[in-house]
Amino acid sequence: MPAYAYTLAGQHWQFGDLKTLLARATPLRSGDCLAGVAAHSAEERVAAQLALAELPLTTFLNDCVVPYESDEVSRLIIDSHDAAAFAAVSHLTVGDFRDWLLSDAADSATLAALAPGLTPEMAAAVAKLMRLQDLVLVARKCHVTTAFRSTIGLPGRLSTRLQPNDPTDAPAGIAASLLDGLLYGCGDAVIGINPASDSVPAVCDLLQMLDRIIAKYAIPTQACVLTHITTTLAAIERGLPVDLVFQSIAGTEQANRSFGIDLALLAEGRQAALSLGRGTVGDNVMYFETGQGSALSAGAHHGLDQQTCEARAYAVARHFQPLLVNSVVGFIGPEYLYNGKQIIRAGLEDHFCGKLLGLPMGCDICYTNHAEADQDDLDALLTLLGAAGCNFIMGVPGGDDIMLNYQSTSFHDALYVRRLLGLRPAPEFEAWLQRIGIGDSGMLPAAFAAVLPGSR
Amino acid sequence: MGEQLPLVADDPWSVLRCHTTARIGLGRTGASQPTRHHLAFQLDQARARDAVLTPLDVTRLQAELTALGQPAVLLRSAAAERRTYLQRPDLGRRLGSESAARLASLAADGEPADVALIIADGLSAPAVQMHAVPLLQALLPQLPAAWRLAPLCLVEQGRVAISDEIGAVLRARLAVILIGERPGLSSPDSLGVYLTYGPRIGNTDAGRNCLSNIRAAGLSYAAAAHKLHYLIGQALARQLSGVALKDEAPEMVEVGRQEGTRTGCFLLGADEQPSG
Repeated sequence: MPAYAYTLAGQHWQFGDLKTLLARATPLRSGDCLAGVAAHSAEERVAAQLALAELPLTTFLNDCVVPYESDEVSRLIIDSHDAAAFAAVSHLTVGDFRDWLLSDAADSATLAALAPGLTPEMAAAVAKLMRLQDLVLVARKCHVTTAFRSTIGLPGRLSTRLQPNDPTDAPAGIAASLLDGLLYGCGDAVIGINPASDSVPAVCDLLQMLDRIIAKYAIPTQACVLTHITTTLAAIERGLPVDLVFQSIAGTEQANRSFGIDLALLAEGRQAALSLGRGTVGDNVMYFETGQGSALSAGAHHGLDQQTCEARAYAVARHFQPLLVNSVVGFIGPEYLYNGKQIIRAGLEDHFCGKLLGLPMGCDICYTNHAEADQDDLDALLTLLGAAGCNFIMGVPGGDDIMLNYQSTSFHDALYVRRLLGLRPAPEFEAWLQRIGIGDSGMLPAAFAAVLPGSR
Repeated sequence: MGEQLPLVADDPWSVLRCHTTARIGLGRTGASQPTRHHLAFQLDQARARDAVLTPLDVTRLQAELTALGQPAVLLRSAAAERRTYLQRPDLGRRLGSESAARLASLAADGEPADVALIIADGLSAPAVQMHAVPLLQALLPQLPAAWRLAPLCLVEQGRVAISDEIGAVLRARLAVILIGERPGLSSPDSLGVYLTYGPRIGNTDAGRNCLSNIRAAGLSYAAAAHKLHYLIGQALARQLSGVALKDEAPEMVEVGRQEGTRTGCFLLGADEQPSG
């Protein structure tokens, strides 16, 4: 077991164990202060980063930050580790790993081959040594493509989840936001509703409605009602048309249990969705959401810092070959990410770690009204994630989610970042937009003119 | 000045706003939001920020509860003021020492209860100020006399999980907390209700049921009370709450409310609507 310590100008900094070292090395955020695991001074933080930089990557295979015996996520990480893939970097320290990732030796193909050889803790550790530009540059080299009825994550593409939430799940309200989003070119990652109630009949109605809209207008996308996996399973049992199975996940067994799930239940959900065979260009059927702070929020962080916990959630996600993984970065509130600066860094860390581990990462670039953040912070993270090659972002009418009470990216924001960086929608969806006559002009195509009030 | 036509027109489908309060059909200048919609957003966000920081008027609320025949036990969480509350949810989940002692001595004199009703400011005191009393007015007459109610509690700087401590101290089988939800741009006054069977410190959210968005343009008092009555009854009868307890309440037919004339999905034909 290596000693987790560093001596700086005569001062000896001692870190009790691996998780303490990781926590102390983490750039400042309120959640780690809340958990009592943050560095006590700026110098202690850098001392920890220096110690971390000298740590061999193999350390993470021998020293579990959450005990193997008591945590099924730890067991999944260790048992599914691909030693052959890891061989390419197995001789490196964390600091050398950063240099290697930024070097030209680490091209897209090399990084894709490496992904199964990396553990979440390795990704989290190197992220702690990186500046924002490192997180952007390396993530941009990682290409992760997934598919169901559209293909998401191709280079030069940026997809959007159309999020037409309504405070009472009113069909007409949802339809109005949904159509608005389509007319702004949004919805190629998924049309995903957060239902106001977890009621099984209400969820079934929404599933049926989305299925019929997608079929009627032949939209090459997938639908999702973001409800607990047990509710989705109940809907599948009732014969409802389910494209994607949604679930919030976290990085420890105990945190997942607080969500009412475990790995076996996720496997059951995936099998149920696969059995329906509804994908046309691919069979990635899971949609996961995550976010720094969720494990601490459930009192299930085991003394880990929140960024490392978050990366461990990606090991859970990776196991189920998801279509979409979405870090809902600013949703959780100021006790975990206090301000725009902390939200921006966390969003880039999550995107980087997820991509490095081989996940189709998107980001709900967002903030709440009790956080010290505003639209300027949202713009900064949106632009950075666009440059980093983020697979998808949210599309919410005017950026104001009237059901979940928070601010996310708008349909306009998606157009902005596509225009700024020359990014295009998923190819199948792009062809549909052209076919049906949706462009930048804001004109109303004939197919939809007939449905406006007063036109029939 | 205000009568002039804007330089950038709204979208031709902006008439769909009759169906939603979402910001749809805004139009675009290039790819971007027109100035007037951008500034309307900024104004609403400023108001929501202000709502987070507005304190609860305890005196006024207590007077209204007393008039309802439900004077509340006044309590405070361990978070002394708003900024601490925002950064330390752990403190908002526990009673302050003085309040804990007072509640304990009150409970020592009382009987065990079926339901402990609790009101807390949460992240929007204006939501609680506006909706807690009307919701109780709709709910209380529906509760069977056989259900024993613990004394109503009103908590400042409280979070959802403070209902675990209060419910446990009051020896209640079920804790029901009415709490101000995080303000949204168009809903700075949204009330939520959380139910926890077997309240005790350390419960997780998987063990709770939630009703949210109780406000004028959201879930009505009558509909919320109807669902609450159902959920409380189910939780007490089945001795559980959380993911195992689904809201399968039969839909209520409300007279004189929009849901009576709830429009279907206009993107689908009359024969294509979900069956329900």
